[in-house]
Amino acid sequence: MSEYVLLRHRQIPNLNRLEVYQANGGFAAFRKVLTEMQPADVLNEVKTSGLRGRGGAGFPTGMKWSFLPNTLWPHYVVANGDESEPGTFKDREILENNPFQFLEGLMIASYAVQANLSFVYLRGEFWQIGKQLERCIATLERAGLLGENILGTGYSLRLVVHMGAGAYICGEETALLESIEGKLGQPRLRPPFPAVAGLYNRPTVINNVETLTNLPPILANGAGWYRSLGTEKSPGVKIFSLSGCVRRPGNYELPLGSTFRHLIEELGGGALEGRRLKAIMPAGASSSLLRVDDRVLDTPMDYESVAALGSQLGSASVIVLDDSVDLKWLLNKTVHFFKHESCGKCTPCREGTYWMSHLTERLALPGEAHPGDAELLLAVARQMQGKCLCALGEFSTMAVTTAMQLFPEEFAER
Amino acid sequence: MNALLERYPDEVKAILARYPQEQKRSAVMPLLYLAQRERGVITVKDMAEIGELTGMEITEVGSIVGFYTLYHDSGPRFRVQVCTDLPCALRGADEFLKRLCENIGVRVGEPTADGSLVIEEVTCLAGCHHAPMFQVQGDGEITYHEDQTVESATETIAELRRRAAGGEHE
Repeated sequence: MSEYVLLRHRQIPNLNRLEVYQANGGFAAFRKVLTEMQPADVLNEVKTSGLRGRGGAGFPTGMKWSFLPNTLWPHYVVANGDESEPGTFKDREILENNPFQFLEGLMIASYAVQANLSFVYLRGEFWQIGKQLERCIATLERAGLLGENILGTGYSLRLVVHMGAGAYICGEETALLESIEGKLGQPRLRPPFPAVAGLYNRPTVINNVETLTNLPPILANGAGWYRSLGTEKSPGVKIFSLSGCVRRPGNYELPLGSTFRHLIEELGGGALEGRRLKAIMPAGASSSLLRVDDRVLDTPMDYESVAALGSQLGSASVIVLDDSVDLKWLLNKTVHFFKHESCGKCTPCREGTYWMSHLTERLALPGEAHPGDAELLLAVARQMQGKCLCALGEFSTMAVTTAMQLFPEEFAER
Repeated sequence: MNALLERYPDEVKAILARYPQEQKRSAVMPLLYLAQRERGVITVKDMAEIGELTGMEITEVGSIVGFYTLYHDSGPRFRVQVCTDLPCALRGADEFLKRLCENIGVRVGEPTADGSLVIEEVTCLAGCHHAPMFQVQGDGEITYHEDQTVESATETIAELRRRAAGGEHE
């Protein structure tokens, strides 16, 4: 690894202190943006950089911003720090150790769409992080980088931290907005999209923490520099959260397009003693499984290449499974997660996860399965697909259908 | 009288001031955390008072308490919440939880005899690379405990029970 773009605290001690962050180039991008660039210039630079949303969907960030109508005001920006996908712990490392780069990114995004009030939505469990961010925001207010008439430019911005309270679904952007509005975290019907009718029914940008943290280096070094990293369609760097059956789990910042083999074997140290890699879940519990072979291991981890294998890069939370893992046990784990986290709004998800959990429980316990349970599980999963307002219901079926398709021998009745 | 407002006048006003003036309802979640801070639970009276402050019906406030897992209307002062989701389970979290409960002499979800704490099983806490891990919720705080052993967790629990027995509040 040469120089970190996002996890810079690993090379610069005390980067969570404003003076240290500023001594290392911090807020140079924000100053430049505010004093030398029009909002449209910022938007164009981000569009040109090819930055794509790091929360999972990979949607082009600049394009997302460009959907906000300039006829409806005020505009809002919301940072999504609800990080709750099993296997994902990248935003947490940024927020804990490099909070000012994240906040600078949020401030640049706010300027680009001319928002004067922006929110940071954090999962409630990030209580300590929330306290730290509030201290950081107060520091920025004292330093004149937040508040009224920032740097004498006439632009004003206030940031508010809003703590969630334990609900995976609030990572879904419309459920997140409902939660800030003081309602149950349940997804909205779209259209209208948040870009037109978002927070308080006003045009809203929602960007993931990691996405926003990419903005200061992009604005400081230019879109061309950013595009020199990663691949043509998936430019830039990404934090890969590696967990499960590997020797060295943790966050690894790599250019998009690095291979699974490089992450899992070279950086992660490969399988544990005497074990063999069996499958990979590249996008946390929501992933389609990949059965490990040389072709999969040598696949570049970018949005297109992982999709071509029939899975998803998502938020790049790579869970590694070895030959000691019983896939029926695994499905019971993932299905129970989604059953617990289903918000209950859409019937196929609420009922489907409930019935799938009964079946996976029986399948996971030796001698408990009824004849036909595996087929029934697959049938329930397929009936849920494409029938819910948000992706949670769909996510709950991904591991089920792909595990049964790729490892049929594990589900054969004995 | 609004007891919550009387007890924490500055904090209540600061919370309401965070959101646009006509969007008082947004303050319901931080106000619920405030109400829960001292006793670890939110009472029906708290809900009524928060309803008054945010312009919500008490049933609407109650539905928020019911929907989000970090709000509680009953239970002990401390909650030791062990993650047993897939990534943690791949690194021994289920066995960790089982042995921890045996060591303390309780079952998952059942408060200890002294009523000071409960050990619970929860979903992912974004600490997958530091499993086994748990969080402690209580006294208006949440703290993470990572790279745990049954011994270190048992010691943390003993410390929490000492705090509860001594009536000590931070």
